[in-house]
Amino acid sequence: MTAQTPSPGHGTDGQENWRGVAAENADDLSAGAGVFLRARSRRLLGELLAPHRRSLWGLLFTITVQNLAWLAGPFLIGVGIDVAVPALIGGNAWPLVWITAAMLGAAVLDTVLRFVFLTWSGRVGQAVLLTLRRRVFTHVQRLPLSFHERYTSGKTISRLTSDVEALAELLDEGLDSLVTALFSVLTIGVVLIVLDPPLGLVALLGFPALFWVARWFHQNSTAAYRRTRESITAVIVQFTETLGGIRAVQAFRREPRNDELHAQLNEDNRRAQDRAFWLIAVFVPAVTLIGNLVTVAVLGYGALRVMDGDLAVGTLVSFLLYLRRFFDPLQDVAMFYNSYQSASAALEKLSGVLEERPTVAEPSDPLPLDDARGELVFDDVRFGYTDRTVLPHLDLAVPAGQTVALVGATGAGKSTLARLAARFYDPVAGVVRLDGVPLDRLTDDDLRRAVVMVTQESFLFSGTIADNIAFGRPGADRAEIEAAARAIGAHEFIASLPKGYDTDVHRRGGRLSAGQRQLVSFARAFLADPAVLILDEATSSLDVPSERLVQRGLQTLLADRTALIIAHRLSTVEIADRVLVMEEGRIVEDGFPAELVAGTGRFAGLHRAWADSLV
Amino acid sequence: MTTSPRPVPDDRGRLSALLRLWPFARPYRGLIAVTFSAALLATLAQLAIPLITAAVVDGPIADGDRGGLVPLLALALLFGVAEASLFFVRRWAMNSSCLRIERDLRDTVYQRLQRLPVAFHDRWASGQLLSRATTDVSTVRRFVGFVAVFLAVNLITCVVVLVLLLVTYWPLGLAVLLTTVPLSALALRWERRYNIQSRLVQDEQGELATDVEEAIQGIRVVKSLGRSRLVFDRYDAKATRLRRLELDKVRTLALLWSIFELHPQVTLAVILVGGAVAVNTGALTVGGLVAFVALFTVLLWPILSLGFLFAFAQETASACDRIGELLDAPLTVTDRPGVVPADLGSPARLRFEDVGFSYAGSASPVLDGVDLDVAPGETVAVVGATGSGKTTLTALVGRLFDVTAGRITVDGVDVRDLPLAQLRSVVATAFEDATLFSMSVRENITLGRPGATDADVEEALQVAQAEFVHDLPWGLDTRIGEQGLSLSGGQRQRLALARAVLGRPSVLVLDDPLSALDVHTEALVERALRDILAATTALVVAHRASTVLLADRVALLAGGRIVALGTHSELLAEVPGYRELLAQDSELAEALP
Repeated sequence: MTAQTPSPGHGTDGQENWRGVAAENADDLSAGAGVFLRARSRRLLGELLAPHRRSLWGLLFTITVQNLAWLAGPFLIGVGIDVAVPALIGGNAWPLVWITAAMLGAAVLDTVLRFVFLTWSGRVGQAVLLTLRRRVFTHVQRLPLSFHERYTSGKTISRLTSDVEALAELLDEGLDSLVTALFSVLTIGVVLIVLDPPLGLVALLGFPALFWVARWFHQNSTAAYRRTRESITAVIVQFTETLGGIRAVQAFRREPRNDELHAQLNEDNRRAQDRAFWLIAVFVPAVTLIGNLVTVAVLGYGALRVMDGDLAVGTLVSFLLYLRRFFDPLQDVAMFYNSYQSASAALEKLSGVLEERPTVAEPSDPLPLDDARGELVFDDVRFGYTDRTVLPHLDLAVPAGQTVALVGATGAGKSTLARLAARFYDPVAGVVRLDGVPLDRLTDDDLRRAVVMVTQESFLFSGTIADNIAFGRPGADRAEIEAAARAIGAHEFIASLPKGYDTDVHRRGGRLSAGQRQLVSFARAFLADPAVLILDEATSSLDVPSERLVQRGLQTLLADRTALIIAHRLSTVEIADRVLVMEEGRIVEDGFPAELVAGTGRFAGLHRAWADSLV
Repeated sequence: MTTSPRPVPDDRGRLSALLRLWPFARPYRGLIAVTFSAALLATLAQLAIPLITAAVVDGPIADGDRGGLVPLLALALLFGVAEASLFFVRRWAMNSSCLRIERDLRDTVYQRLQRLPVAFHDRWASGQLLSRATTDVSTVRRFVGFVAVFLAVNLITCVVVLVLLLVTYWPLGLAVLLTTVPLSALALRWERRYNIQSRLVQDEQGELATDVEEAIQGIRVVKSLGRSRLVFDRYDAKATRLRRLELDKVRTLALLWSIFELHPQVTLAVILVGGAVAVNTGALTVGGLVAFVALFTVLLWPILSLGFLFAFAQETASACDRIGELLDAPLTVTDRPGVVPADLGSPARLRFEDVGFSYAGSASPVLDGVDLDVAPGETVAVVGATGSGKTTLTALVGRLFDVTAGRITVDGVDVRDLPLAQLRSVVATAFEDATLFSMSVRENITLGRPGATDADVEEALQVAQAEFVHDLPWGLDTRIGEQGLSLSGGQRQRLALARAVLGRPSVLVLDDPLSALDVHTEALVERALRDILAATTALVVAHRASTVLLADRVALLAGGRIVALGTHSELLAEVPGYRELLAQDSELAEALP
C-alpha cells in the first residue's frame, strides 16, 4: 500500500462523518408535527384502554379508599398523642384501645387494597400489552411488501420489541407508583388544608417553588432523555454490527478503528446520561430543600400556635408526618420520568406503524377459486414506484401449465412482473388474472394456495429442517416431507446430516450452506404444491451439482403447473417452454428458446455472451 | 457454554465475584469516597429534624419559651439546607464516577469481543453478548454508584438510629428492632424470587423477539406461502406465556409492597400503645414519644431497603460473572510472544502443508492433509461440492481459525509466526455473504485501511464494477447497511469485492465472489479482476466454469483433501469428479447450438 495523502473522510474530521449520510431522521420533528404525534398516540392509548373502562373506575375507587386508609395513620397518631395519652394519664385506657384498633384496621385495609390495586392494575396493564402486541404483529404481517422494503426490517423489529418493552417497563417499574404518588400528593394537599387551615397555607407556600422546579426539570429533561436514548441506540447498533460482521472486522483489521468509534459513541452516551442524571441531581435536592424549608416554617409557626393554645401538639406531629409523605413521592416522580418518556416516544412510533394502511388488502367480496388451473393473464398492466415507472404497459397471457423464463438485464422489470403475479404489489392500472379471476378479488388463502414464489434469499426459520419444509403445508407428515425433499433432490444432503430431518437449522440456517438452504426452500415450495410457481433468481446460489439436481427435480415439479422463472444464468432456460426477453419494463422478445437462440435478437446476443463465459 | 438459553436462573452470585470490579472502580475511588461520605452525612442530617421537633415539644412548647424557639429553628434550617446540599454532592460525585466506570467497562468488553476468535463468536448468540455489554454493565453501574454506597450507609444508619431509639426508651426500641429483622429477611427472600421471575420474563421476551425477527425478516416467505396465521399463532402462544410470567412477577411484587406497607403502620400502633403507657408511667416524655415516631420513620427505608440492596448485590455478582466469562475467554488466535514483522515479497508465495482442521467438539475433520503450493502471482481456484470444506480453507489463511494440524506459510513463514496485523494486511478476503456495515460507502470499502487514498478507492470500485455508488444520493458518503440505504445482493457483493481488492493486497482470498452478479456484470468484473489477479497471489473459491477460468490452476477438494490439481482443461479431460461438478454448463452449450 502506498502512502499518499489520505482521502477526505478520514483523519481528524473523519471522526464525524464515518457514518455517512442517510435520509433525514424521522425523530427530528417540527413542533407542529410533535403535537400531531402526541394526539395520535393519545388516540391509540384511548383505544387500548377503552375495553377496560370498568376496571379503570374500579382501580380509581380502590386507590382512593386505599389512600384514605393510608392517610389515617399519621392523623390517628396525632389524636393518640392529644387525646389517648392524657386520657390514659387520667386513668382511662379506652381511647388508646380504640385508636390503636383504628390504626390496625386502617393498616389492614390499606394493605389489602394496595394488594388488590397492584395485582388488578397489573392484569389490566398486561392485557393492554398483549392486545398491543397482537395488534401490531398482525398489522405488520398484513402490511404490503412495499412497506417492509421502505421501513427496513430493523426498524419494524424494534417497533415490535423494544418499543413494546418500553411500555411494559413503564407499567412494570413505576406507573402504579407514579399514579399513587401523584394521587397521594393531591390528597395530602387537601388533608393539610383541612387539618389546620393556617398551617396548611404555610405548607402550601412551597408550591410555587415546587411548580417552578418541576417545570424547569420537565423542559430540560425531555431533550436530555431523548439524547440518552439516541446515543445508547448508536452504541447498540455499532456493537451488534461488529459482532454480526466479526469475520470481516477481523480479516480487514478493523479492530483499532472500531475501538475508536465505539469509544466515541460510548463517551457520547456517557455525556448524554451525565446530562440527564445531572438534571435529577439538581431536581431531587431542590425538592428536598423546599420540603425542609417548609418543614422548618411549619415547625416554627406551629410551635408558636401550640404555645398560644390554638393547636394541639398531636396535630403538629401529624402535620409534620404528612409533610414528609408529601415531598418524598415527588422525588420518585423524577425517577420514573425517563421510563415515562421512552414509553410515550415508543407509543408515538407504534401509532405511526398502526396508521399505515395495508394497501394490498384482502377483498371485501372475494370470488371463489376452488381448484386453480394456473392460467395467468396480465391485462394492460402498468406499475411504478412513487418515483419511477417500471412497467409502462404489459400484456401477457400464460396458459395453464406453461413454463416461462424471464430474461433481461438487472432493472428490466422481471422481478416486478413476478411480484405482481404473486400479488406482493397491486398494479397501478390494469389487472392481473388467475383463471380469469382478478388477483385482488381472491382471498389470501386461495391466492397463496394457488401461487407460491421462491426468492433468492432462502429464509429458514428456527427449528428443524423438517419443520422448515412443513412450513409449505402445515400438518404434513414425515413421509410427505421426505417425498418433497427427494423430488427436489435435497434428501441426500439432509439424510447425511447428523440428525437428518431433525437437524436444527440454528439461527436462520447459519449451519447450512446457501445452496443447502435453497434446496430446503425448494422442498418447502414443492410441498405447498401450488398451481403457479414463481422462481425469482432461486437457483443462483446453488453449485452446479445441486443446481442439476434441482433442475431435474424442477422438471417433474413443473410438469403440470404454470411457472415463471427468472434467472441470470441462462442454463435455467433449458427447461422453459417459452422465453420472454425484457427491457425497460417491456417484453421485447417472446418465443421458444431454440428459436430465439438461433435468431439475431437480444436473446441470441445474451446467450452468446453467456456461452462465451463458459469453457 | 453454548447458545442455548441457560437453565432456570439463580441470581445468587458469589459476592466475591464483585471483587473483580475493583480495577475498574480504582481510578475513581476518590469520587466514590465522596459519594459515600455525602450519603452518610445526609442520612444523619435527616435525623436532626425529628430530634429538634422533640426538643421543641419538650423545651420551648412545654416551657412556653418563645425565645428558646429561635436557636432550635436555626439549627433545623441549617440541617435542612445541609441535607439538600449533601444530596446534590452525592449525586454529582456518583454521576462523575459510575458513568465513567460503566463507560470503561463497556469499552473493555467491546475491545475484548473484537479480538476473541471467530470460533468463540460462532458459539455465542450475539444477543447474549449484547445483553452482557448493556444490561449487565448497567447493573454494575447501579451497584457501584448506588447499591454499594447505600448498603454501607443504611447499615450505619440502622445502627445509629437503633441506638438512638434504645437510648430514648429501650423497651420500645427493642420491640422495633425485633419486628424489623424478620421483615428484612423476608424482603431478601422475596427479592430473590422476584429476580428469578424477572429473568424468566427476560428470557421469554428474548424468545418473543426471535419470533418477531423471523416473522419480519422472513416476511417474503410468510407472505408467499400465506402462512400469516401459523406465524401469528406461534407468536401469540409466546406472548400469552409472557403475560402469565409477567403476572407472576406482579403478584410477588404486590405481596412484597403490601407487607412493606403494613409493617410500619402496625409498628406505629405498637409504638403508640407502648409510648402512651411509658408516658403514663413517666418513663418517656411526650417529646420523647414524638421523637420516637419520627425516628422510626427515618429508620424505615434503610431497613426495608437492606433486603433489596442485598439481592441487588447478588444480582450484580452474577452480572460480574457473566461479564467475566467474556473477559476471561481465551484469545486463542493471537500474536505469539515476541513476533516481529517478517520481510514478505509482494506477491507472496502461499503454501498449505499437510493442513488439517476440525471444529471444536466435532469428531470428523473438515480438512485433512491438504497440501497446496500457490506460487507468487499465481491464481488457484478451489472447486468442490457443497460441504467439501472450501469456505473453511479460505478462513484459515487470514487466521480467522487456526489450523488444527499442519501449517500454512506465506513466503515460508508460518502464518502463526507473523503478527496478526501484518498477516491480515497482506491477506485480503471477500466472503461469501457480503457483510456491509451501517456506515458510509467509503468507510465500508476502506474498512481496515484508513490510509487508502481516493485513487485507491476509485480503482477498487472500478475493478469490482461498483461505480454505481457514485449514483447514490450522496455518492461515497451515502450511508448503507441496515440503518441506511439498502442495496441489492449483486451490489453488496461488488462492494465486498472492492473492499478486498483495495490497495492490491499480496494475497487475495475470494469466496465465490461473483455468484450474485448477472452475466453481463460478471463478464465486466472478470475482465477488470484479471488485471489485479495477474499481480497478486490468489485463492478463489468457484462454483462456475466462468469463475474458474480466472485461475491458472484448479484444485478439486473432496472429503477434506485435494484430490486433483491441474488446469481447468486438464481436469475436465481427466477427472470425472470435476466434470460432474462443472460440466452442466458445457452440456447445455452442446444442447443449444
